[in-house]
Amino acid sequence: MKIMVAIKRVIDYAVKIRVKPDKSGVETSNVKMSMNPFCEIALEEALRIKESGRASEVVAVSVGPSQCVDTLRTGLAMGADRAIHVEFPGTLYPLSIAKIFKALVDAEKPGLLLLGKQAIDDDCNQTGQMVAGLLKWPQGTFASKVVLDEENKVVTVDREVDGGLETLCLDLPAVITTDLRLNQPRYATLPNIMKAKSKVIKKLTPQDLKVEIKSDLEVIQVTEPPKRKAGVILSSVDELIDRLKNEARVI
Amino acid sequence: MEDTTTNKQISSPTTTVAALRLFFHDYFVDGYDTSILVSSTRFSKSERGYPGFSNRKGSGIGIPDSLPRVQGHGYRIHCRNIASMTSKPVRNQSFAMINCDDISYFKKILGERGVVLEEEKLDDANTDWMRKFKGSSKLMLQPRSTQEVSQILDYCNSRRLAVVPQGGNTGLVGGSVPVFDEVIINVSSMNNTISFDKDSGILVCEAGCILENLISFLDNEGYIMPLDLGAKGSCQIGGNVSTNAGACALFDTRTFLSGISGLEVVLANGTVLDMLGTLRKDNTGYDLKHLFIGSEGSLGIVTKVSILTPPKLSSVNLAFLACEDYTSCQKLLSEAKRKLGEILSAFEFLDINAMDLVLKHLDGLRNPLPSAKHNFYILIETTGSMESHDKEKLESFLLQSMENGLLNDGVLAQDVNQASSFWRIREGIPEALMKAGAVYKYDLSLPPEKMYNLVEEMRERLGTAANVVAYGHLGDGNLHLNISTRQYNDSILSKIEPFVYEWTSEQRGSISAEHGLGLMKANKIHYSKSAETVQLMAAIKKLLDPNGILNPYKVLPTSILSQSGVDEP
Repeated sequence: MKIMVAIKRVIDYAVKIRVKPDKSGVETSNVKMSMNPFCEIALEEALRIKESGRASEVVAVSVGPSQCVDTLRTGLAMGADRAIHVEFPGTLYPLSIAKIFKALVDAEKPGLLLLGKQAIDDDCNQTGQMVAGLLKWPQGTFASKVVLDEENKVVTVDREVDGGLETLCLDLPAVITTDLRLNQPRYATLPNIMKAKSKVIKKLTPQDLKVEIKSDLEVIQVTEPPKRKAGVILSSVDELIDRLKNEARVI
Repeated sequence: MEDTTTNKQISSPTTTVAALRLFFHDYFVDGYDTSILVSSTRFSKSERGYPGFSNRKGSGIGIPDSLPRVQGHGYRIHCRNIASMTSKPVRNQSFAMINCDDISYFKKILGERGVVLEEEKLDDANTDWMRKFKGSSKLMLQPRSTQEVSQILDYCNSRRLAVVPQGGNTGLVGGSVPVFDEVIINVSSMNNTISFDKDSGILVCEAGCILENLISFLDNEGYIMPLDLGAKGSCQIGGNVSTNAGACALFDTRTFLSGISGLEVVLANGTVLDMLGTLRKDNTGYDLKHLFIGSEGSLGIVTKVSILTPPKLSSVNLAFLACEDYTSCQKLLSEAKRKLGEILSAFEFLDINAMDLVLKHLDGLRNPLPSAKHNFYILIETTGSMESHDKEKLESFLLQSMENGLLNDGVLAQDVNQASSFWRIREGIPEALMKAGAVYKYDLSLPPEKMYNLVEEMRERLGTAANVVAYGHLGDGNLHLNISTRQYNDSILSKIEPFVYEWTSEQRGSISAEHGLGLMKANKIHYSKSAETVQLMAAIKKLLDPNGILNPYKVLPTSILSQSGVDEP
């Protein structure tokens, strides 16, 4: 069985986000970009399934500008067998990505599609669900445990839901989106970085896949959250009660 | 002698040590650095048994309270040979004691808020963070301006009140806590950033600014602080300057010194020296600010600092690597200097003992190279302006080193999070050592090729009695030698010291690369500096602080200062 893993290049988790002065979006030039942490978890899970002998190949796919190759290279250094880069320089929204993934799945025919539950840049949390809908595949989102049963062509997924865990059994092929506690992704070791250099990254465009990129969404404005006001030090409990009553009006 | 001691112990237990000091008077004067400690008997409490005994008047030489009690019954005379833990000098009786008038004067100039008398707060300020050194100050002052520091010192100088300047109190050699009842001058309230020039990158700030706050302030401005320390969340810039603190990621700047473009210092008599020039080049007269960098508050109190900060470079790469032996580490360093050139920003090493210790004692850390055990681990960091270029350069260097057999294995951080978790291993070693039990810490500068010989010799000397842990800045020839034991133990200490100092001295190394001398190593300066140099230092001290009120008993040996007349009552 083949596993396809979606990988997104995002602003590094540890970088402080800055909004562009014209409020059209966030600043990305000269900012450290890395693999979306949830995608890392998805890739790690795919690699573990492969290492346990229940999958034959892991294919990493990414959609976006030319620098996505660096992110895919990281995925290859972690252990993916090959990669596909669908190059598109402009803004992309989840539905377009989902359509591209559907086209890739139709071409590659994986038994499992793994995605991060959301990307840390736009926090949409939509792509996995949309692609499952387009493919008419069952979906297990927010997975915190994945157990593959190849013989019976099913996969059991524990989902983290409010108040506990929900366990689903999905028929393969299926879409799974990964949550934080699923696993701890590995580091890219030097021998694997070396091996990754000879692995293939196939380049495609949306046109190649016959997907038309158009958006029904328009971003009007991106603004920073309001700055927290400085606190005040009060001299007595009475003053505190007075302020809470008359100023904050909470008691 | 035994009889006399026994009698003395029974009749007047608290003065036994003083009596013994009389017997052994000659040994205490110079050269020997010894302390005597008498345990309590079942019948009477000796000096050792009294809480806070080391601070009692007339106790002579004591040891800090944190030392484990001497085992066994009956009394025991307890001698140490060159024990840095115990080299506590006698209180200089020429210093005055605090009285009510002093306190009301300070309240007048600082207000109620600036005068701290509460025991709980004083307890924290009296103790260093390793809980190794403890003073008994009854007063802490928290000035809010240079003017207030000046007034305080002017007054203390005229009253002959000894003072200890204090910042974040994160020092490792007991330099920032009182030895006896010195007045603590804590500059934490002076924490304003005064100016930042976006073109030149020169930052002017007050001494009490916490390093981490400055780092994030500069980060927002697109600049970086030329200093980064494990203690950055607590340590303050004034203390960093006064101790010339070292750092992890400072390959090119070596020590902090080169980043400091100016200082404002208050002298012992209250004179404010404004040397805050914000020029890159200034060659007029003696460069006096250097006197105060690394003088550990013994010549003046740093109140403002101006720092030349370099612009932030966006591309930082970090590799965590494994080497088979020390020679490979060294070869890797010289190759890295040649092949990575200007982008090499840190080269740190830790040995397997350090790695095991960190993984055992710190939560949430994992071994980046779990597949096998390696004898040495190396962190290489590059900093540059072109992400793809730098990464490729580092990658090809590492791959080549791997083919040459210099490297056994390695991982390259793929994002900032991974990079911080690698750094966390290196920066977490001091914390892990604290959790492991007692630790004897040595911060040495040694020729890199001989550096690890000391560690191996030390392991041979100590056998299974202690865990010898080594890490440091290989790029700077700076070794952090740590000897971790279950508890502080004299027989172990006697095997370590003076051996480690003599060994370092033989190699013409420095016994304090980054930590300073403080109280712990004040008497050890001879191992690194010639007699003439130390004499000149004493003369400078006498000139700037004739009454010796600034951070007494530290940095320079008390014996030298009394020879030059500073300590004469």
